[in-house]
Amino acid sequence: MSMTTIDPTRPADRVSRAPVDPAEAVARTRARPSPRETVSQTLLMAWRALKKMRRNPEQFFDVTIQPLLFTAMFAYIFGGAITGSVSKYLPLLIPGIVAQTVLTSCMATGVQLREDFDKGVFDRFKSLPIARLAPLAGPMLADAVRYLIASTLTFATGIALGYRPGGGVLGVAGAILLAIFAGWSLAWIFAWFGTIARSAQGVQGISMLVLFPLTFLSNAFVPVNTLPGWLKAFVNVNPVSHLVSAARGLANHGVVTGQVGWTLLACTGVIAVFAPLSVMAYKRKL
Amino acid sequence: MAARWAVEAEGLVKSFGDFRAVDGVDLQIAQGEIFGVLGPNGAGKTTMLKMLATLLGIDAGTASVFGVDVARQPHRVRQLVGVTGQYASVDENLTAAENLWLFGRLQGISSARVQAIALDLLEQFGLQAAADKPISEFSGGMRRRLDLAASLIKRPPLIFLDEPTTGLDPRTRGQMWDTIRDLVADGCTLLLTTQYLDEADQLADRVAVIDRGRKVAEGTPDELKASVGNSTLQLELEPGGDLELAGQVVHRVIGEGSIVTPEAGRLQVPLEEADRAADVLIALRQADIRVASVSVTRPTLDEVFLAITGHDTGERDAAGSADDELALEIR
Repeated sequence: MSMTTIDPTRPADRVSRAPVDPAEAVARTRARPSPRETVSQTLLMAWRALKKMRRNPEQFFDVTIQPLLFTAMFAYIFGGAITGSVSKYLPLLIPGIVAQTVLTSCMATGVQLREDFDKGVFDRFKSLPIARLAPLAGPMLADAVRYLIASTLTFATGIALGYRPGGGVLGVAGAILLAIFAGWSLAWIFAWFGTIARSAQGVQGISMLVLFPLTFLSNAFVPVNTLPGWLKAFVNVNPVSHLVSAARGLANHGVVTGQVGWTLLACTGVIAVFAPLSVMAYKRKL
Repeated sequence: MAARWAVEAEGLVKSFGDFRAVDGVDLQIAQGEIFGVLGPNGAGKTTMLKMLATLLGIDAGTASVFGVDVARQPHRVRQLVGVTGQYASVDENLTAAENLWLFGRLQGISSARVQAIALDLLEQFGLQAAADKPISEFSGGMRRRLDLAASLIKRPPLIFLDEPTTGLDPRTRGQMWDTIRDLVADGCTLLLTTQYLDEADQLADRVAVIDRGRKVAEGTPDELKASVGNSTLQLELEPGGDLELAGQVVHRVIGEGSIVTPEAGRLQVPLEEADRAADVLIALRQADIRVASVSVTRPTLDEVFLAITGHDTGERDAAGSADDELALEIR
């Protein structure tokens, strides 16, 4: 017997020691989580991810350094060659960089999800009666904060370099919102990689293979009419191109073009395919 | 419809490739019981537990928890079971209090109530001073306690504990045992795996011995120990002592064989009662066999295993197993 056995101060009616009735517990069980429970569990998982971000500020390096560096670098390197001057290039470039940085942070979403799976706490998430979607969707929702930082910083850097968006505050805000939504939906692709890959490095590897063609084979940095025909065909269907065009319309002219519709459609399609794939792969991991 | 058994499993099988980690195990655990699963590393204890907790698929056989089918209704089963694994499954990035809050909220307990429960649990597990510290600053024992606390927030009627005290210091181990007894007093059923016979003995009402994925014995701790004798007399003869003669003397006194390790000059004698050791020592003295060292120990898992399975637990180091191969058994 150890010394804690006799503890006269221990009240019998502590909240944590309510009597347990198995028959009643069985009667109370439900076959599956309700939609309301799924939403609240996802939000709780997002809360967890935000706490994690706050305690590991180095996670913000990619969404802070990259917009600053790439915007300045691309503007001064390509500006003269592509449009004749930096100031003329900025309206073309900034929405492109927004798309690129958001997409890069999507990759981090997948990599971090994979790292998370190996942690002990995921064993507990698996054993809890919670929606299988929540541990995946929660961190992805929290990553919207990262996309917000990345796209806002890109616009800020652009403005510091002399970019004057014709769409005004509303247009820019619209472009940022669209980028966040696109980031969140495209992140499902990388989340799927996260659930099927054996290691975080693996996720990084496959993600690069997808990320580079998606961002560079788009209209993000160059006008499409300079490209050969076969490449133009790809660039025109690339969802990133739609996102960039839509963001240009919003930020530079304050207009909602059909490109916004195409972007939303493409993003919804990505979610419709990759969210179920990810949840299925995650369930198989059990 | 109260099911009779807290856990009922029939012919459970789990294979990883060609390796059958769990190979046709039947289990029946009564409500309100502490059931111990005893076995060495790699015997399939953890795999079996994970199958019952819906964390691993069931390849063949059936399992139910309070009458709810594990394979068909995993979400229901998860509402009835709390799992505490060998490795603390808590979030490194959160504080102890935040961890408990998150797990409670995820299970639908209101924020105010879960805070009260968390405070209470932290106090009960001696963690209240560390409530707001991140887990990364916790010691191994603190993590294990927090992990168990996390499994108890929703008061599940069935709790799985996978080697709850492995690696804990004796004091923390005692606290863990008290907590386990409290849980049963409150109406919970416990399934715990352990490598320590001692632990199964202290806690479990019934014990199943698992070896290479199969159940090789089942019974109360007393029944199991009876199969190896209640104590073991360890004798080391002085260099040059006649081990064979010593073995014969021992056999004459207690009527049972002993395990002889010739190159170490060692004899292991199973005893029904520890005070029979004196009889053995007197007989050895009379036979003029000189003894270098003597100790009486409780049977170890190794010995239970040797007795039940005919092989050791495979837990010893290389030098130890070389000894075992040379060990002779005199009957």
